[in-house]
Amino acid sequence: MTQTVPEQAIVTPAHGGSTESKREWRKYISFSTDHKVIGIQYLVTSFIFYLIGGFLATLVRTELATPASDLVSPDLYNGLFTVHATVMIFLWIVPAATGAFGNYLIPLLIGARDMAFPKLNAVAFWMIPPGGILLMSSFFFGAPGSGWTSYPPLSLVDNQVGEAIWILSVLILGTSSILGGVNFIVTILKMRAPGMGLNQMPLFCWAMLAASCLILVSTPVLAGALILLSFDLIVGTSFFNPTGGGDPIVYQHMFWFYSHPAVYIMILPVFGLISEILPVHSRKPIFGYKAIAYSSFAISFLGLIVWAHHMFTSGTPPWLRMFFMINTMIIAVPTGIKVFSWLATIWGGKLRLNSAMLFAMGFISMFVIGGISGVMVASVPFDIHVHDTYFIVAHLHYVLFGGSVFGLYAGIYHWFPKMSGRMINEKLGKAHFILTLIGFNICFLPMHKLGLEGMNRRIADYDPKFAVLNVVSTIGAYILAVSTFPFIFNVLYSIFKGEKAPSNPWGGLTFEWQTTSPPPHENFAVDPVLLIAPYEYGTEEAKEIIKAGPFLATAAAEG
Amino acid sequence: MNIPGSITTLLIGIGLTVISFWYGQNHGLLPVAASEEAVGIDNLFNLMVTIGTGLFLIVQGTLIYSFFKFRRQPDDDTDGPYVEGNIPLEILWTAIPAVIVLIIAVYSFEVYSRIGGLDPMAHSMAHAPATQQVAYGSGAAIAAPLVPPTDSNPHAAMVMAATDPATAAVRDETIPPAQDAPEMGVTTPRIGATPDNAGQSAAYQINATGLQFAWLFTYPDTGIVAGELHVPVGKEILLNISANDVLHAFWVPEFRLKQDAIPGRQSELRFTPSKIGEYDVICAELCGAYHGVMKTKVIAQTQADFDTWVQEQQVANSPDALKTAIAANPTTPDQFLAPFVQDLGINAAVVEQLHPAHLHASAH
Repeated sequence: MTQTVPEQAIVTPAHGGSTESKREWRKYISFSTDHKVIGIQYLVTSFIFYLIGGFLATLVRTELATPASDLVSPDLYNGLFTVHATVMIFLWIVPAATGAFGNYLIPLLIGARDMAFPKLNAVAFWMIPPGGILLMSSFFFGAPGSGWTSYPPLSLVDNQVGEAIWILSVLILGTSSILGGVNFIVTILKMRAPGMGLNQMPLFCWAMLAASCLILVSTPVLAGALILLSFDLIVGTSFFNPTGGGDPIVYQHMFWFYSHPAVYIMILPVFGLISEILPVHSRKPIFGYKAIAYSSFAISFLGLIVWAHHMFTSGTPPWLRMFFMINTMIIAVPTGIKVFSWLATIWGGKLRLNSAMLFAMGFISMFVIGGISGVMVASVPFDIHVHDTYFIVAHLHYVLFGGSVFGLYAGIYHWFPKMSGRMINEKLGKAHFILTLIGFNICFLPMHKLGLEGMNRRIADYDPKFAVLNVVSTIGAYILAVSTFPFIFNVLYSIFKGEKAPSNPWGGLTFEWQTTSPPPHENFAVDPVLLIAPYEYGTEEAKEIIKAGPFLATAAAEG
Repeated sequence: MNIPGSITTLLIGIGLTVISFWYGQNHGLLPVAASEEAVGIDNLFNLMVTIGTGLFLIVQGTLIYSFFKFRRQPDDDTDGPYVEGNIPLEILWTAIPAVIVLIIAVYSFEVYSRIGGLDPMAHSMAHAPATQQVAYGSGAAIAAPLVPPTDSNPHAAMVMAATDPATAAVRDETIPPAQDAPEMGVTTPRIGATPDNAGQSAAYQINATGLQFAWLFTYPDTGIVAGELHVPVGKEILLNISANDVLHAFWVPEFRLKQDAIPGRQSELRFTPSKIGEYDVICAELCGAYHGVMKTKVIAQTQADFDTWVQEQQVANSPDALKTAIAANPTTPDQFLAPFVQDLGINAAVVEQLHPAHLHASAH
């Protein structure tokens, strides 16, 4: 195995020489089939797009610092928030949560040497950069300005070239997501280590299984909607165009049939990350393993039958509104089970309050706010008031930023030693956490009130009576933008200069902590066998396993 | 001082309840309520704020308490207690949220019904006649799949606002009014008559047309065309909402009511203004670059003031009325018509070839 050489070059103290480190670097821009390389490719690529999306958001907030539309043209403003949302969803949270952590962690967590379809995996990743660059190119042709929802008829008449680019880009990214989903399901179901039944799987695998099912069921419907939309746009058909007798509401149904489950595609894997991180740093078993595992599937199933709650003011008959309202509210039950189980996991533990744990606790705290406002907006009479207002903007950012992004940061801090072989600087990590928490709340908390008082979303120009809270919100956005600097510096510094990471810095019990940091090519020297359920902290067996070091990898060196 | 744990829990519980109820009534987050429908919606919101506050305090309190109480001591490398779960506790925290969402769902259903969301007959009754036309279009009943249509002519479902002569000058004729299947009825959702008013016609019927980037209101009974919406307080108003180019949404935050305006369809909003004042009418559905400035006023006034306004308008009423209405908006007619004439004009030509003329003819 020639490729193991550069791997070990990292582990052993700097002797490697320049050629090896060059090869090491190159593998991350190659068509690698190693799931760890692909996972890191996903993570780095999606983080770069996160910075781009964040830059667009900062422009949006700068425009909104004053009531008048004075920074960018109104047309470009619509392009900014449209591309911001598209980037954050399709190029950051989905690829980071499923692509990055799914690819990096699943084979390690279940004791496999790679994903089931390594080449398909590489294909799925390599669709992301062209899809993303294509989307960005739309700014040269008039960026799509009809929101990430792209409702016709507006999307058919507004910046048509940009819209066509947007459709093609999202189709590419959606296809990538489907390919990933197939891979995750097969890998989880077929490649688990001996002794690991479904009920002994780490909870991240349950979450990924549920999210992948959603990807497979719903993403093709989005593709269908977008293909029909592109026919309307490019060849003048009338599927959704009322000018020819088409029905714009049908598009909304098809779009949200994917795009509501997409919320769960973005949050379920993060739930999984949190379920992995909390027990390790609380030094306690996860509380209610089965409830957490099965509630992922309950959320996944219910997530498929709530889409029309985005359409309470548009196109559903009254009885159907009631159906979708009740389904939506029921989702609060499995979600509540998870939140209370996490709190019970922390309760009475011995909390190691490092950056990963802080972000994980911050995740619970922020996500719960989004969950509470989520139940509120599920209620039809109230949603009729707040639909398409800043209340919704606040709600969705508490779920997707307070939820998904906090969780992704927790995951990055938690697995950074495993991925890079270096420890990350905790002081900078904590500064990052505090800045993020403060900036996030200053930015998004005032939006609840703005929406309730009458500020509609997607506007460049607003009533001067909303000016004060908008200035507050913009200041929060700047703090949030600044908060990424300590993180970026920390990661870059730690990759090169960080303290060498031991194989099991946190005392974790899942397989990845029983191999070296970073794991060798094909992860394990011996085929792992499940000795102990993944969260048995507080037992004698756990202590022995943690003490044993990277025994799943060292056997290779010996043998 | 040694207080038993159960008493501490009780005190915390009472404290949480008091704070939640206080905040639920005193959050001050909503603007003034200016329609009869708003009262129920506000009460519902207050209840949800009360429950939400309690939940928020429990979760954040637990996190903050754990943060300080359970942090690892520097010299302590041992694990925490081995607790894998607690079935009764898990059942409890499944059952309590289930009951809470059930309560909110039932209450929401009740409020929705009270503001007229479930009014089954509204649609067949509610078509406003077009301005100075006597044609009542009779649509199929909204609950047609459940109740056989009683209308003699269910196929004549016509979108009146879309054929209103008063808006002819700005109307995009290439958008055919939606013809829903007779057995389904016109399924565009709406807020219909409240249960008290079910089966009665609203006191005033007004057509609202959304176009990039203005609202146009026509009063079919009197032929008035206006850029601002005048309504008398205490009277039930039926708005027939349609759109001329892209999606718009009619929203008055003080009324707590919102309804999308959909090209080719008619949607309805039935409400009773209750408080005299001027409120913003906001377009809440992204409709293009100037979406943010698509705003006008609704003037809720006394019946006497409203009647005076109607008389003034009728005096001024002439074929120029439309121009007056448009002049009230910041742009000239040419300016605000240009984008959609240009954009849809191209599509219209293409579509005209694909769709023979009978499609349009059948709409009339």
